[in-house]
Formats: sequence, structure tokens, C-alpha cells
Amino acid sequence: MRTRKPLTVGAVAKNATALVLALIFVFPVYWMFSSSLKPQSEILSKDPVFFFTPTFENYSTATGVDLFWTYVTNSLIVTVGAVLLALLVALAASFAIARMRFKGRKGIVLIVMMAQMAPWEVMVIAMYMIARDNEMLNSIPLLTAIYFVMVLPFTIWTLRGFIAAVPVELEEAAQIDGCTRGQAFRKVIFPLLAPGLMSTSLFGFITAWNEFAMVLVLNKDKTNQTLTLWLTQFQTAFGDDWGATMAASTLFALPVLIVFLFLQRKAVGGMTAGAVKG
Amino acid sequence: MTVDSQGTATAGSQDAPGRAAGKSQTPPPPSGAKEALQPSRGRRSLPGGLLPYLLVTPALLSMAVLLLYPLISNLILSFQSVNRRELIRRETPWVGFDNYTDLLGNSEFWTVVLRSVAFTAANVALIMAIGTGIGLLLNRLGKKMRLVLSLALAFAWAMPIVASVTVFRWLFDEQFGVANWLMRTLGFSGYEQHNWFETGFSAFVIITALVVWGSVPFVALNMYAGLTTVGTELYEAARMDGASGWRTFWSVVFPNLKPFFMITTFLEIIWVFKAFTQVYAMNQGGPDRATETLPVFAYIEGMSQQHYGVAAAISILTIVMLLVAMSFYFRLILKQEDEQ
Repeated sequence: MRTRKPLTVGAVAKNATALVLALIFVFPVYWMFSSSLKPQSEILSKDPVFFFTPTFENYSTATGVDLFWTYVTNSLIVTVGAVLLALLVALAASFAIARMRFKGRKGIVLIVMMAQMAPWEVMVIAMYMIARDNEMLNSIPLLTAIYFVMVLPFTIWTLRGFIAAVPVELEEAAQIDGCTRGQAFRKVIFPLLAPGLMSTSLFGFITAWNEFAMVLVLNKDKTNQTLTLWLTQFQTAFGDDWGATMAASTLFALPVLIVFLFLQRKAVGGMTAGAVKG
Repeated sequence: MTVDSQGTATAGSQDAPGRAAGKSQTPPPPSGAKEALQPSRGRRSLPGGLLPYLLVTPALLSMAVLLLYPLISNLILSFQSVNRRELIRRETPWVGFDNYTDLLGNSEFWTVVLRSVAFTAANVALIMAIGTGIGLLLNRLGKKMRLVLSLALAFAWAMPIVASVTVFRWLFDEQFGVANWLMRTLGFSGYEQHNWFETGFSAFVIITALVVWGSVPFVALNMYAGLTTVGTELYEAARMDGASGWRTFWSVVFPNLKPFFMITTFLEIIWVFKAFTQVYAMNQGGPDRATETLPVFAYIEGMSQQHYGVAAAISILTIVMLLVAMSFYFRLILKQEDEQ
């Protein structure tokens, strides 16, 4: 236990500043959530209401929209599909980069680094032209493939760090015990990579779940859009129904907020270890 | 949950993708890329052969098809005059550098460039100043208060961008927005039905608030993590010598964390410069095209005006500007590596 320091003016100011800052940063999230539970009459009030009886009517409006479950399904397909593909492809590549020496290894590392900075947002027009010429507009598989390549570089990068952090002796020991290289990977390295896989898939999930520019340009057909677009269009369609719009935003944000808050320490802590021990 | 007060928390040199400024991919870890130098125990064994090439092929191939190929077609498209008519007829007339010379001779383009640069500069300056300030504050707080502030920051960090755009629109709603109520309560007049999206400048203020709010947590939490690695002895020593807070910052903290500041600044520049979602989803580049930054300008030229060739040229010019920033970034990373 630490000894309590005397309360000084500086300490009070410091804590007060911290409290105000915390309120500012959390306020938009709180306001989204509380507005989503407000009855219509309280939403349409000139002076904001801070105490009210919560209602779920906004949520039924939001989920009652045509095609809501189609958007949910589409979002889940593209996101989970992209993340799983990326994990699979990245595991192979990062294992090679972290554990093997071969000609061109450095070049590949450089390519991965550069690909992480790829200006996807700026390339939407070219993407549109390519998709159109190949009759691939409104395609869920194409969207999944694009998100897969969007998350691939940092998935390789972080997994590489995690693999490098596993002592190679473990692998050698397994091989001495009669495992093949593949078995050694599966039985020894893979289980140790669990935190790495978790954090990389979390970050990949957020990226794909969030993506806006590509789906905006490529999938004009409503049945092939994702929740990201649903949310922006919802607002236009429902005009001033801010309660329902906030319910929609909450539904969109909640999975990410929950997973992020639960995994943040584990994921990011592990990630640091992975990145540092490269 | 979040931060366990010892700074192990968000020490990630990685960013949650898409956070800071609407970019959809993560940066390489600022501390990364050391591998070329470290004679790491991790990678001695295992001679090559064909296996490593087989393992990296799927990754390289998919990046070639879905990243390199669009980049190249973008470049090609920028030398063609493709508009609505050509698109329908599937014609691709070559026009050489016409798209570029038209753009470079167009004052509207330069307005957008200047606006993009000013927007980026303002946002990055605010993000770095506020983020650094909060990082320093986190380092000096007690355990409980640090947890409270870190949690609040984590909430803002994790908020999906499209959701936060919607929330900010609601906060600044003309009739029922809490911002107008706050201004009235604080005694400012003229906020009865103030439309925050009436002028480009005011709309930019909202967009900036959103971008800064969403980006500061990354800088602040990483800054705090960086500070915990510097060690307290240095500050103690500086304080013993009677250095002021300012002085301590400039002569102790800053030199020690210089790589962190440089790399974070460059990353934020790249992210904010190419931010599309916040700007477009907030107000579609309006009012009257006054909030069009380069990526939004390219999108509107291309998709609404159907000038695909010109849009491609805009995006190539944007990429060139990004490359300049990126080359600084990569040089920095490589230099950092050499120093280690």
C-alpha cells in the first residue's frame, strides 16, 4: 500500500482535469446509448432530458427496418470471412518470415510494411471500374476478398511477432521427440499463439466491420450492403427519428465496444510482447 | 478491464485498425522492423528450400491481385478520358497527361489541396498536443483516476467511425442537439436553432472535433506507455534540479520519446490526410462542396460527376502526396533501426 499523499492544490487540479477529460471522452458514447433508450417525446425536447424511463421502442423501430437481418448477415459474412481468410494466409506467411531464412525475405517484409499503408480510401474509383468491367458489382465475395487483403498485412505483421516470440527450442524439442515440422507447429506453436490470434482477429474484425468507402462504391444494391451503409442510410431515411438512429448506432457499435473493452488489455499487452520481440 | 495502472495496458505500438482517423488499416508498429538487426534466437534454425516460398505465395498473390492490380489500373485510368459515355460504351480513349494538366491548372483543385493540407495540419497539431498532454497527465495520476480516464479513452478508441459520425450529427443537431443546449446554457446567444453545418468552416469544426476525439486515445495511451518505459528517475532528477514542468518536458521527456513523437505524427498525418469516412459520412462534402478534402473530392468527381479518369488522376496525385509523407515515415523507421 502506498502512503497517502497530502492533498495539494496541484493534486486537486490534476484530478479535476482528468475527470473532466474522462467525461468529455465518454460523453458521446453515453449520449448515444442513453438517447437510444429515450421515448420519442424526450428525444424531441429542446432541453436535453437526463432522467427518463427507458424504453426499447427505438430498438424495435431500428430492427424492424426492411432487410435489417440481411444487413446483419452480410456484415457478419464479409467480416468473419475476411478475418478467417487473413488468419489462414497470414499464419503461413508469418511462419515463413519469422522462422525461415530464404532469399527475398527482407523484400517481403518491406512489401508487407508498405501494404499496411495502402491508400484504400483513395482507390475506390479504380476498384469500381475493375468490379464493373468484371461484372462484380454488388458482390459479397468481392467485398470479402477486398477486406481480406485490407487486414492481411497487419495480420502477417503481428503474427510474425508472436511466432518469433515462441522460443525455437520448443519446436526443436518436439522435432527431436519425433514430430514432423508440421506437427511441431500444430502442437507446440499454435496453442501458444492463442493470444496473438485473438488480438489480430479483433483488430481485423474492427477494420472490416467498420469499412465504409468500398461498400459505398461497390455495392449499390441494398440486399448486398453491410451494416455500415445501413447506418448512414438509416439516418437519411428516418430523418429526425434520432432515437431510432441512436438505437441503430448502438446496435452497430455494441459488439465492437464490448469485445474491445474485454480484450483490450490482453490483446494489446500480448501484441506489445509480440511486436517488441520481433 | 482496461488499464492496470502499470502501463502495460495500451502499450501497444500497434493501433486498433481504423481508429485514429478513419483509415482502414493498421500501421506497422512504430517499434517494429527490428528484425533485420536482431540476431534473434527465434529464427536461427530451419534452412530454406522451396517451403518458405510456398508459404508466402498466397499472401503475395492476393496482395498482387487486390492491391497492386487496382493501383496499376488506377494509374492507367488516370491517363484516359473515361466519363459516363465512355463507361457505357466501354471505351478507353488515351489522353496522355490531359487529366493531370487540367487538374493542375484548375484553381478548384488547388483549393481542395490547400484545404486538405490545412485540415490535416490542424487536426494533427490538435491530436498531438492534446494526446501528449493527456499522456503526461495519465503518468502523474493516481491509480484509480488513471483507470477512469483510460477507460473513457478506450471507449472513444473502440467506437466504430460510422457510429461516431452519427452520434456527432445528433450532438450537433439543429433543433434537439445537446451542443446548442450547452451553448445556450453557457449564456451564448444565437444558439436557438443554430445550424452547425451551414458553413464549411463550422462543418469542419465538427469534423475536427470528431477526428480529434477519436484519435487522441491512441496517442495518449501510447504516450503514457512510452513514459513508463523512460523511468521515473529522470523526472525526479530534473525536478530535484529545480526544472519547471515545461523545462522537464523539453529536456527530459521529449528527447527520450522523440522517435515516438516523430512516428506518431507521421502516422496521424497519413491517416488524417486520407480520411474519407468522417468527412464524407458527416456531410457528403457539403455545404456546397466546402468540406471536400482530396479523397472526398476524388469520390465526388468520380461517382457523382462520373469523371472517372479525372478522379483517378486526383487519387494518383493524392497517393503521390501520401508517398512523400510515407517516405519520411519509412526513412525514420529504418534510421531508428540503425541506431539500435
